[in-house]
Amino acid sequence: MFRRHDKSSQANGDNVTIYFEDAPIICKPTDSVAAAVLLSDPGYTRRTPVTKAPRAPYCMMGTCFECLMDINGVENQQACMVPVRDGMKVRRQNGVPVLPEDSKEPEND
Amino acid sequence: MTDSADLIVIGAGPAGLAAASLASKHNLSIMLLDEQAAPGGQIYRNIEHNVTHESEICAILGAEYAYGAALAETCRASDVTYTPGATVWRIDPDGGVAYSVDGAAHTAKGRRIILATGALERPVPIPGWTLPGVMTAGAAQTLLKSSAMLPSGRVVVAGAGPLAMLVTLQLIDAGADIAALLETTRKRDYFSNAMLLPGAMAGQDYLRRGMAMRRAIRASGVPIYGGVTELEARGDGQVSSVRGRSGGERLTFEIDTLLLHDGVVPNIQATRQVGCEHEWYDPQRYWRPVRDSWGTTSIDTITVAGDGAGISGARAAEYLGQLAALDAACRLDKINMADRDSAARPIRSAMQPHTAIRPLLDGIFSPSFTTPHGDDTIVCRCEEVTAGEIRTAVAQGVMGPNQIKSFTRCGMGPCQGRNCGLTVAELIADVQGVPVSDVGYFRLRPPIKPVTLGELAAMDFSETDS
Amino acid sequence: MFGAAIAYGLSRAGVDTLMLDGHDNNLRAARGNFGLVWVQSKGKGLQRYADWSRESARLWSGFAAELTDITGVSIAHRNDGGMMLLLGDEEVEKRKIEIAEMSKQSGATGYDCEIITHADIQAYFPDIKLGKAVTGASFCPHDGDVNPLKLLRAMHSGFVNSGGRYKSRCTVNNIDHANGVFTANTQQGQFSAPKIILAAGHGISHLAESVGIDAPIRPQRGQVLITERIQQALPIPLNGVRQTDEGGFQFGSSEEDIGFDDGTSLDVVQNIASRAVQSFPQLSTVRLVRNWGCVRVLTPDKCAIYEESISHPGAYVATSHSGVTLAAINARLVSKWIATGEQPTDFNHFSASRFHVQAT
Repeated sequence: MFRRHDKSSQANGDNVTIYFEDAPIICKPTDSVAAAVLLSDPGYTRRTPVTKAPRAPYCMMGTCFECLMDINGVENQQACMVPVRDGMKVRRQNGVPVLPEDSKEPEND
Repeated sequence: MTDSADLIVIGAGPAGLAAASLASKHNLSIMLLDEQAAPGGQIYRNIEHNVTHESEICAILGAEYAYGAALAETCRASDVTYTPGATVWRIDPDGGVAYSVDGAAHTAKGRRIILATGALERPVPIPGWTLPGVMTAGAAQTLLKSSAMLPSGRVVVAGAGPLAMLVTLQLIDAGADIAALLETTRKRDYFSNAMLLPGAMAGQDYLRRGMAMRRAIRASGVPIYGGVTELEARGDGQVSSVRGRSGGERLTFEIDTLLLHDGVVPNIQATRQVGCEHEWYDPQRYWRPVRDSWGTTSIDTITVAGDGAGISGARAAEYLGQLAALDAACRLDKINMADRDSAARPIRSAMQPHTAIRPLLDGIFSPSFTTPHGDDTIVCRCEEVTAGEIRTAVAQGVMGPNQIKSFTRCGMGPCQGRNCGLTVAELIADVQGVPVSDVGYFRLRPPIKPVTLGELAAMDFSETDS
Repeated sequence: MFGAAIAYGLSRAGVDTLMLDGHDNNLRAARGNFGLVWVQSKGKGLQRYADWSRESARLWSGFAAELTDITGVSIAHRNDGGMMLLLGDEEVEKRKIEIAEMSKQSGATGYDCEIITHADIQAYFPDIKLGKAVTGASFCPHDGDVNPLKLLRAMHSGFVNSGGRYKSRCTVNNIDHANGVFTANTQQGQFSAPKIILAAGHGISHLAESVGIDAPIRPQRGQVLITERIQQALPIPLNGVRQTDEGGFQFGSSEEDIGFDDGTSLDVVQNIASRAVQSFPQLSTVRLVRNWGCVRVLTPDKCAIYEESISHPGAYVATSHSGVTLAAINARLVSKWIATGEQPTDFNHFSASRFHVQAT
């Protein structure tokens, strides 16, 4: 859906790799997760909780919540607001999130 | 822990940067909170990186964009405490601010707050606007600014407003394959608003640039269609074509990306949440906070500056930020009123050409998609509520946006009505035959952005000195 | 909620009914409701009200089915019991004393509510882990919940579908009474009828006074938190935590005596969030999407007032918080009382005159 500009300094230099649905995407440390995923022609990036309709990033500035994805196992994150980190594992948000399996219980009472 | 400051500025776009920079010269302790990773707001997004690393992208974005570098630099050089990546999710009338950075919630207390939260693109509720591959024009521009990216396939830009034209031109320059610019604005909108020209003489520079953009788009071979109606995105799970009608002509373009735009509106999430009074601005059909000539709202501790106070553009935003800063300095006893007023005079006259053009622009680019034509079009993207469901509820006697919200869930999703609030009010007004100003708006509750329960539970309210 | 339920019942019974409603931004307890059909905490000091709440809970299943049937709106009613989670031994001990008191008060009727253990509670919730802080709960089989917004919508459209007339933005300023006819004077003109029911929540006191009924109510704020949608994990509601049919976890609710302020405050939000995370630690990464304040309509003993005016026969007052719990009985028995004069047993217990006895 999107490509890097040919003459961008970002066309070379330091790269990081993230994984979208297990496929590697080579991107820049300054990219947001949503931007990086758009480089990979993802089709859609989430299904809605109500009708399971496919959606993809819409506003790219944190207002529309269409870019919700599962990032490193944490669901429903605004991918356009999260910078990429090397090795990140990103998945489509599939409707309603499930509860995280593992959780640290606070040690207070 | 609760940090304290004389002044908390929220938003590091032109208004926030200018406000924080000037206020710091008046010996105020200042916290500048911004959601993005770097200063510049949306208009000068990623400016610091681009001016040093991306000469080609800067060339595409032009001198108006490059102008923002100095604003960021001045603010960086000041003793403003700037926190990037700070998502503000709650504001209180007593100057309290709650925000999150890297998954941890913080609270702060300002003697005053300047809200410089800018603008949002107006919703464009056409059939198919939720399909993957349909984005806002601003989103494409953001990708260009923040990641030097452009659409890889065939693109149509559709809608109205100066940004639609600007993005079209920038994408052409960047090498994108633009099939057409479909403008909903009609030729006669340009002519009928020409009578506003005398008032806009001071803004002639804007007009010249607008004309030049239009010529440049045409010269590149990209067709511009005017007065486009019946705009519709189509596709099976992803956009594959856009249709419309221009004059007698039916238009269909096979595309990979559709970029929509219908102007920008003030981002009033924060001013609504904290409880400022708002007024309806009819020429551009949006709500804006009621404010005095310094930007101070109906809540005495809270001032708005920039597009969040009413759309007036990036350059005016900078001056509005400075005015807000002077008023803050005065209210916090750093300068007297006479000094404030004399310092404001040159700012106001410098701002004049940038605000003088507004009535003309507001008239030419009056919004095109205020009420969806069909009943199947989605209005609330989050909860998937259609125009038909809203019309039905209103016909059954539902009185206003808040009852619509509780009856249909429209506006209850995570975006908190950012993408449907205006459309809902317009639909109610349309069905009831009353002005939108009588219909009102959603009651916006905190949090302004979602925040985890774990963060809330871990908050520490003990006070520190900044 | 009171007004809508009674009006719905009247209109279903074929009574020509006009429902006058205020403005979109009025203080509305009905829109802030938590959604519990709740019995275990009701009627301390007034056994008739405890029985009344339980009777309503019993009527609820039929009522919910009827609403869905005639409006097509599914209101997500559940009646498989409910729990009040108790954190720490102190809360358990306190609750045990309350249960003993209520058992004594309810006599032969019984107060079907018992303390259950951490393990018992966990067994109800296989899909979510209970926090260590939870030391017990009081369980009542009559408790349940409903989607309160869908309920309101369903009653509203059921009312309209049965021929009821609804007028919004129509605040009643005052009421005249002459020749057996009541006239409500509103900004949209005058409306007359031989009977008038006052169920105006916070707006009720001055109207009630004009028909000779003293309806002393006071505001009490409750703050509520709701999260993003999450996969279903709470099959039954808890007092203070429930999961809506859409998936949002809802937490509440505070009891704050601060007047007619329906705002929110961060300290209360933190308390509620902290209790939520202690109860269910997995919720700590779940996001809050909205937090609101809602002002309860409370009578001095927190029980309902139902009363027909002696000086102005044909004028009725019906008010309380617990509008959701009582919706079924309001739609059935209260509307019948107003339509036919047929009084439920010991109905005089609900007269506001009980407050004057206490006052002197």
